[in-house]
Amino acid sequence: MIPLAPVLLLAAMLVPIGAGLAATVLPAFGWLPALGGHAPSLQPWRDLLASPGLGRAVALTIGTGLAATTASFAVALALAVAARRPAMARVVTALLAPLLATPHAAMAIGLGFLIAPSGWLARLLSPWLTGWSTPPDLATVQDPWGIALTVGLCLKEIPYLLLAILAALAQADAMAARRVAAALGYGPWRAWALVVLPRIWPQMRLPVMAVLAFSLSVVDVALILGPSAPPTLAVMVLRLFADADLARWFPACAGALLLAGIVAAGLGLLLLIERVAARIGTAASRTGRRGGTGSAADAASMCAAILLALLGAGALAVLALWSFAGAWRFPDVLPARWSAAAWQAPMLRGPLLATIGIGLAATILALLLAALCLEREQRTGTRPGRSLALLYLPLLVPQIAFLSGFQQMLVRANLDGGALALVWSHLVFVLPYVFLSLADPWRALDPRLARAAAGLGASPARVLLRITLPLMLRPLLAAGAVGFAVSAGLYLPTLFAGAGRVATLATEAVTLSSGGDRRIGAASALLQAMLPLLAYAAAILLPAWTARHRRGMALQ
Amino acid sequence: MTLALEAVTLSVGPRTLLRNVSLAVPSGEVVTVMGPSGVGKSSLLAFASGALAGGMTATGRVLIDGRDVTREPPHRRGIGILFQDDLLFPHMSVAGNLLFGLHPSLRGRTARRAAISAALAEAELPGLEHRDPATLSGGQRARVALMRVLLSRPRALLLDEPFGRLDAALRDRFRGFVLAAARARNLPTLLVTHDPEDARAAAGPVIELAPPAARV
Amino acid sequence: MPRRRPFYRCREPLEWDPRMTLARRTVLATAAASLAFPARAADWTSIEQAARGKPVFWNAWAGDDRTNAFIAWVGEQVRASHAIDVHHVRLRDTSEAVARVVAEKAAGRTEGGSVDLVWINGPNFLSMKEQGLLFGPVLDTLPNAALVERVTKPTVVDFTVPTEGFEIPWRMARVVFIADGARVKQPPRSMAALGAWATANPGRLAHPHPRNFLGATFLKQALVELAPDRAALASPAGENFTVMTAPLWAWYTTLRPALWRRGTNFPEGGAALRALLNDGEIDIMISFNPAEAVSAIASGTLPPTVRTFMPDGGTIGNCSFNAIAFNAANREAAMVLANFLLSPVAQARAADPEILGSPTVLALDRLPQADRARFAAARPIPALLTDAELGPALPEPHPTWMTRLTAEWERRFAA
Repeated sequence: MIPLAPVLLLAAMLVPIGAGLAATVLPAFGWLPALGGHAPSLQPWRDLLASPGLGRAVALTIGTGLAATTASFAVALALAVAARRPAMARVVTALLAPLLATPHAAMAIGLGFLIAPSGWLARLLSPWLTGWSTPPDLATVQDPWGIALTVGLCLKEIPYLLLAILAALAQADAMAARRVAAALGYGPWRAWALVVLPRIWPQMRLPVMAVLAFSLSVVDVALILGPSAPPTLAVMVLRLFADADLARWFPACAGALLLAGIVAAGLGLLLLIERVAARIGTAASRTGRRGGTGSAADAASMCAAILLALLGAGALAVLALWSFAGAWRFPDVLPARWSAAAWQAPMLRGPLLATIGIGLAATILALLLAALCLEREQRTGTRPGRSLALLYLPLLVPQIAFLSGFQQMLVRANLDGGALALVWSHLVFVLPYVFLSLADPWRALDPRLARAAAGLGASPARVLLRITLPLMLRPLLAAGAVGFAVSAGLYLPTLFAGAGRVATLATEAVTLSSGGDRRIGAASALLQAMLPLLAYAAAILLPAWTARHRRGMALQ
Repeated sequence: MTLALEAVTLSVGPRTLLRNVSLAVPSGEVVTVMGPSGVGKSSLLAFASGALAGGMTATGRVLIDGRDVTREPPHRRGIGILFQDDLLFPHMSVAGNLLFGLHPSLRGRTARRAAISAALAEAELPGLEHRDPATLSGGQRARVALMRVLLSRPRALLLDEPFGRLDAALRDRFRGFVLAAARARNLPTLLVTHDPEDARAAAGPVIELAPPAARV
Repeated sequence: MPRRRPFYRCREPLEWDPRMTLARRTVLATAAASLAFPARAADWTSIEQAARGKPVFWNAWAGDDRTNAFIAWVGEQVRASHAIDVHHVRLRDTSEAVARVVAEKAAGRTEGGSVDLVWINGPNFLSMKEQGLLFGPVLDTLPNAALVERVTKPTVVDFTVPTEGFEIPWRMARVVFIADGARVKQPPRSMAALGAWATANPGRLAHPHPRNFLGATFLKQALVELAPDRAALASPAGENFTVMTAPLWAWYTTLRPALWRRGTNFPEGGAALRALLNDGEIDIMISFNPAEAVSAIASGTLPPTVRTFMPDGGTIGNCSFNAIAFNAANREAAMVLANFLLSPVAQARAADPEILGSPTVLALDRLPQADRARFAAARPIPALLTDAELGPALPEPHPTWMTRLTAEWERRFAA
């Protein structure tokens, strides 16, 4: 089992992606015999180009994707610079961590309830300030330029990138470089740009790439906050896949491929920018010019952090309010009647159980595979080389580019809608996060502990069970919480692999957000947000409790 | 009980680290291996214990009491090892660590507990069974680590610079304690160190490993 | 246990009329005769036996909470009667189920398919029927099919396309409009007047995206009212499309800037539309359910001031159907479920304005007295139109009109 672990791990991820991509590429060029596509042709592309609104959809996709990534990275960097004192960094992290734990869809739904013309912000200010007795006809959500969509993405990506920056800082000990620069008379902002950023960028490249790929191809947030006529390319492709006219499957595949191309071009652009920026930075550092104190930038960054935290907290609060609302009409600040009916709605029970079940199964499998791979590394003393880069594939390939193909594969194997299909499709996305979270602590484990145990006569299995796993409890649970949170947030994989027969809180919340009882929608979004929080809480409290008499475990 | 290494050659890729090293450790004796860092001292111990790092290749044999254990996995060789760090398992109590080491042929909860208490008494640490290892002093931890190895009833003992981390006063005392305990159990002991003081205290044969360049 | 609702409509029993009874008896006798035909009866018994203990995956649009609750109730009933486990596959759009059957056909799965029963209409039906994705004919295998009114209600044609037994009707739908009576004192009485009202009250009218069936219905209602030759709509749209739709586009081009969000964004469907009306973002909405206002007031999702109204020239009505996929894994259970939906008990519950308010597909005069009593006239409810006010439904145009209307709308206004 252990020698096979890396192969199993890669196969679990690459088979769906590879087969799925193949099953998307072929129809994109006219080949899908079951639907009468027997010869290679460019007709799917012609049909795609003739789709109304394609041009604007592509422009919207690129615009929102680049804007969300640029803004998120810029703000995250600014926050990291501004919060350079450790105490400040702790405050900012504590403020933004709940945002990170909340799934995209739940956050987007809450944000929508907050900033819509009839949303809570307008209610708080009306009519005493605004004079509105009915909501204004302003497109503050689903606006044609995708501003709300961009804000919704930033709300989630800024905390993610900030935590990635803080982790990279700790690893590269880049702050020492900043202190050196400060001693040479460089202000914090200039020192960051010239000394710190180049040091941490190698660790930041992947998170930024993942954010870019995600922002360009996101479906659930775009369905909730993005415009509908035309929508982003990813949503447009999803609609084509679901069209009653079966011939639309061909242009849908072409569209999925186009999106994959846009993402690839975006990633290429990022690498290009990296080079140009490196050159500019090198030139700037040679001038020896000092400055970059940036007090105003500090203040602005702190304001941004507070604004972000307020938006996030407001989004969650308004979800809670709506989930307990009876009747709540504009411009009342609070519901006129309260009701717990939404929480008792039987329709939430199935999705809740499905979310927990799929999440636990996928997480446990991912932990098992990742742990076995890392254990193999420890035992053989070798690290997989380039193949490890394949781990990042599920984070970079647009979901919609391979999930429909993967669904076809599942259907062919008569697996769609079953537990295996769902767990597998979640595993594809859970595995990279679980492996990446687990790898560093596992590799940091002193290999001499295992040697000492073997010298005492303990077999490898006994060493794994009695020494390695207990010592890895905290990282295992932390990685598990991350994996569970990822699973709880997945929308498209459930939609495709579930054959519509399985609803999770994610699909339920997104479905209800486009219509349906707002109170039940709020309740399911809030539940979706609470599950990862519970998982994180368990990951913190459980090891703290089991190790309460072991001071050495706190140093791990 | 004897420990013997026969014609051991260690290489990292194309580079040969050790060539054709042979040594024999009789029962109750301590053989000291000395040499500058990077010469392959620790790798020799790793080869003997069966935990050679990936990327290294080796030829040669390891014999315990004349029996070839070169192909045996580490945990079946019966070779105990003590490192520079105590490497007590931080998630177990002192007793937990010792019970983990204690040979399974001693059965019964009471008997095993008694063996632990006796070992702690021998190490002048009576009554520390329930302590968290992290709360012990460096010297105490080192002695617990030694007792953990001895309780596993090894047929040979490897010492990988086990005194390097202790301060001077503590070092002498612990060294004496370890060597006495090994001799009392008639263990063949292989000591790796770069401290000549260790070699003198061991009072056995000393093998000097020279850097590869010097050996050509 | 679900609480039993009192059938308050039973207070006035129908008058005893010997002729009526006789007529009904003849009909029933005919129905009974056909049911009593040995092979058929044996068939149905064996179907019921085969269905017992099976699951059935009913793929049904889930955008309406009352319908979802009704489906849950149906599930309880057939679980009790036939030990059938009804799983409501909650669709955002019916085409999701169609796409799934396609994917299964593409993968060569000719049996054991995941879609048993699907709630379907119009273009989706036409598409599945043309692709050979449906099982049937099945309608007349169901005992309760004999009770369906096939002449005065469009129960055997779907958007003018003959269903040929591949579809089983289960509820009637009818276009109405709902307005907030507190803000709209005199609701417009035609689509033309609605356009004028919107121009006078910019931003206070919205319709769902025409990709959504309710959004498409908004356009179709206007088409039916504005087309130069209404009769031509019964045939497939051809070269006459441009001529027939020209007045519609002229009307819509004027209307669009006066729509909510200046016609640049559209609510996803009926429920989103209702939320806008409840929030006061709009004043008038279209609905496909004459009783929507009543139940929405009851559940607190619309204010008590809303009223239902409709254009004087009448509105489109159609019938909602169920169909069985060609490869359905639980074909028999799907048939038992579809048959139960045609039972007087289920139909009467669906017709109750406080539950669904969907007019029945059955011929009431063919029902026994006791069953007919379940449908007895409702007490007057202020937000509800009476049957007389509703009048007869206008027929749906051929499905090609809807498909082309949607495509043309996207070309003109969404590009």
